[in-house]
Amino acid sequence: MNNATPLLQLSSIGKQFGGLGALSDVSLHIRRGEIYGLIGPNGAGKTTLFNVITGLYQANAGEFQFDGNSYRACKPHVLAQAGIARTFQNIRLFANLTALENVMIGRHLRGRAGVFGALLHNLATRNEERAIARRAHELLHYVGIDKPGQTLAKHLSYGEQRRLEIARALATDPLLLALDEPAAGMNATETESLKTLLQTIRASGITVLLIEHDVKLIMGLCDRVAVLDYGRKIAEGIPEEVRNDPAVIAAYLGGGDD
Amino acid sequence: MLGYAMKLLTQPTRFAFWLLLGALLLLPFVTDALLGRGWVRIADFAMLYIMLALGLNIVVGLAGLLDLGYIAFFAVGAYCYALTGSPHLALAFPSLFPGGVHLPFWIVLPLAALVAGGFGVLLGAPTLRLRGDYLAIVTLGFGEIIRIFLNNLNAPFNLTNGPQGISRIDPIKVADVSLNASQEIFGITLPSVHLYFYLFLAFTALVIFVSQRLEKSRIGRAWMAIREDEIAASAMGINTRNLKLLAFAMGAMFGGVSGTLFAGFQGFVSPESFSLMESIMVLCMVVLGGMGNIAGVILGGVLLALLPEVLRHSVVPLQQALFGKTIVDPESLRMLLFGGALIAMMLYRPAGLWPSRVRRRELDTDEAAETV
Amino acid sequence: MEIFLQQIINGLVQGSVYALVALGYTMVYGILGLINFAHGEVVMVGAMLALSALTAMLGWGAPPLLALPISLILAMLGCMVLGYGIERIAYRPLRHAPRLAPLITAIGVSIVLQNLAMMIWGRQYHAFPQLVANQPHLIGGAIINDIQIIIFILALAIMAGLIVVVHRTRLGRAMRAVAENQHAAQLMGVDINRVISITFMLGSALAAIAGVMVSANYGLAHYYMGFLLGLKAFTAAVLGGIGNLRGAMLGGLLLGLIESLGAGYIGDMTGGFLGSHYQDVFAFFVLIAVLVFRPSGLLGERIAERA
Repeated sequence: MNNATPLLQLSSIGKQFGGLGALSDVSLHIRRGEIYGLIGPNGAGKTTLFNVITGLYQANAGEFQFDGNSYRACKPHVLAQAGIARTFQNIRLFANLTALENVMIGRHLRGRAGVFGALLHNLATRNEERAIARRAHELLHYVGIDKPGQTLAKHLSYGEQRRLEIARALATDPLLLALDEPAAGMNATETESLKTLLQTIRASGITVLLIEHDVKLIMGLCDRVAVLDYGRKIAEGIPEEVRNDPAVIAAYLGGGDD
Repeated sequence: MLGYAMKLLTQPTRFAFWLLLGALLLLPFVTDALLGRGWVRIADFAMLYIMLALGLNIVVGLAGLLDLGYIAFFAVGAYCYALTGSPHLALAFPSLFPGGVHLPFWIVLPLAALVAGGFGVLLGAPTLRLRGDYLAIVTLGFGEIIRIFLNNLNAPFNLTNGPQGISRIDPIKVADVSLNASQEIFGITLPSVHLYFYLFLAFTALVIFVSQRLEKSRIGRAWMAIREDEIAASAMGINTRNLKLLAFAMGAMFGGVSGTLFAGFQGFVSPESFSLMESIMVLCMVVLGGMGNIAGVILGGVLLALLPEVLRHSVVPLQQALFGKTIVDPESLRMLLFGGALIAMMLYRPAGLWPSRVRRRELDTDEAAETV
Repeated sequence: MEIFLQQIINGLVQGSVYALVALGYTMVYGILGLINFAHGEVVMVGAMLALSALTAMLGWGAPPLLALPISLILAMLGCMVLGYGIERIAYRPLRHAPRLAPLITAIGVSIVLQNLAMMIWGRQYHAFPQLVANQPHLIGGAIINDIQIIIFILALAIMAGLIVVVHRTRLGRAMRAVAENQHAAQLMGVDINRVISITFMLGSALAAIAGVMVSANYGLAHYYMGFLLGLKAFTAAVLGGIGNLRGAMLGGLLLGLIESLGAGYIGDMTGGFLGSHYQDVFAFFVLIAVLVFRPSGLLGERIAERA
């Protein structure tokens, strides 16, 4: 794949719920290797756009291209297979499973063992299981969770749960890591270490898409930013440009209750 | 295989495992001597129930799909062998099957498992995208449909012999030895119920082994992910529809296998063995022991399979002694206890009587953390 | 043609009973997003309570036309207490538990109720006393009797009343608010627990009426009568679009018609292969078909999009 082509290209995406338009005519592109920020007032359609990209919602209009392939109505698991991994705004871990198991489940789609493999427990399966467990341990360490892997996900601290979600997403070997407000509810120290983590992830060659409320984090981290308001893209560019864009200022002041 | 069985029993020493095996092998003789042969038969049934409960555990405990018609797959397995291993078809359709079919048990067993699995897929394919409570109702309806058909398919042509059921089913043979008669091995006389006990013990061990391997696999983890959060699971690349279908099919196959064993053991099947209450009872075993935990489910199966017998032998005499007559019959008391157990378990001990190892380890670490 | 008309009449009468029970399912579902598995047993308890009250009062020499409404009211009160209890025991403690949990407790409650009823009232069928002079009327060759007319009209009146309550009263507004968004309703000062309790009680009262209607129509009451009736009423609720009151009514009537026409004609349709004893299977096939092809039901909103 040519490095000049964008990794993700959205063309005129529209999404309606009943009669209400949540997204209209949103086009944007994310380049390989960048950290791309998506901001906007509450209810601007950021999470809806996220859900369209990750297959949770089907767009009513438009299509998007990811890594050279077109997608319109796809199941989430197909897009995960294609290389889009995500986290959720209100953390959705497998709460009653261990931290390690959570990450191991992220490896699911890069594994092969089926029922017969499970029953026979042959060499290939054993090797695969070992590799999965090893990678899961590595990823826990990578995102900075030093509690034992046997800890149930629900017993991790809030910040650790956020990072476990990132580890689980990374386990799918994504090309694009899509994070829905990863810093929400974090204190300053946690946010700072999250920032470092995201920079490390980007340095490892993974493209990052970030929805965030913390404007400071976005401005300090993102290469480019798009602003959504009422389901439309009102601005896009490098952080400094966007910050001074009158339409953006108006949207934030007008939407004010953020 | 031994290693797995050992791990299952919360890692006892090798010695404890052999002790347990020895105890299980001696169990029919001890039971026979102390309680009478009827109780060996009860133990045989208990193992059929354990197999059923382990099958349902895959569906409910691992994949989190509430199946209220699970007994239908048991029925499918039972009728598969009843039809192919009895003179019924020869009597009903003399021109088609002049001598009856009389397929050997060991041929029917895998076929019945496949047929039951097929029914699982048939039921699952249209319904698995439904939400949990809808699925519960649809499976409940499916269980009833199967029973209604078994009850009524004696006309216009007699496929199931209706409510009378099918009798004279061939006994199970192992290496040309019929399990329906006493056999003498090394000078020890083994009555039929003892023979079936050992056969069922072997099958139960196999079912435990399969459950254990599945649970600790990529597939098992995917099932648990679906149980915990279906949306997150699919976002992690799990094809939830296919894996749910697989859980349904696997569970149904377990049901089909135990149904086939049941038909051979009883020599007789009729629709009333497959009522909704049986489904509820199996569900109760899973919930009571601890959803998703194999050892717990076995415990639940043993307790609930023995309960009706214990009640029968205690409630009636007790009431006779106290009131001079039977006021509450043991059957309805049993169901009352089942219902009460479902409520109490969910309210007070949702993880079951025997919570899974992970949860216990978690509790340990919590306590450790508190003492620090 | 007479047969056809007769099946329509039977279907509408039976369907109006389904509709009443379906309303109970749909109200609880609308507000909690959960199926009240024990609702069918509430219908049974209603019928049994009314039967006992009626038998006792007639035994004391009470005039039948007084005894009937009194025992109906007693049954409704009893069922309201029961509905309140079901919510408190099986649903409220588990409101934030995984969805499987309240489902299992409700199944437990339904088994307990069924077996308690069997202990109290026995396994046998009870004859439900016939108090209204049950005059048959001939309409175009088909027969409809007084009880059927009363059932149908009373059911329609109750449904109309319920619609008024839900759409015109303070309580109804609170119910709709809780159904829409529990959290927001709470912030606006709605006592959620109270609203949910009242919803269960209201549904249970309707169930009691339905139970008495069924028993009066068939002249029988039985500890097991709630199971199948509940299942079918649930089907009706899904058919109409669960969570939607008008849908429950439409679904009930429709299911009644499908069943009665289906049972009447299934023999002809299948060349005698399947007889009318497959009547009970229809509801299940309708249920599965609706869930597969239109899970939101005839009048329901699309549930899938609310994720």
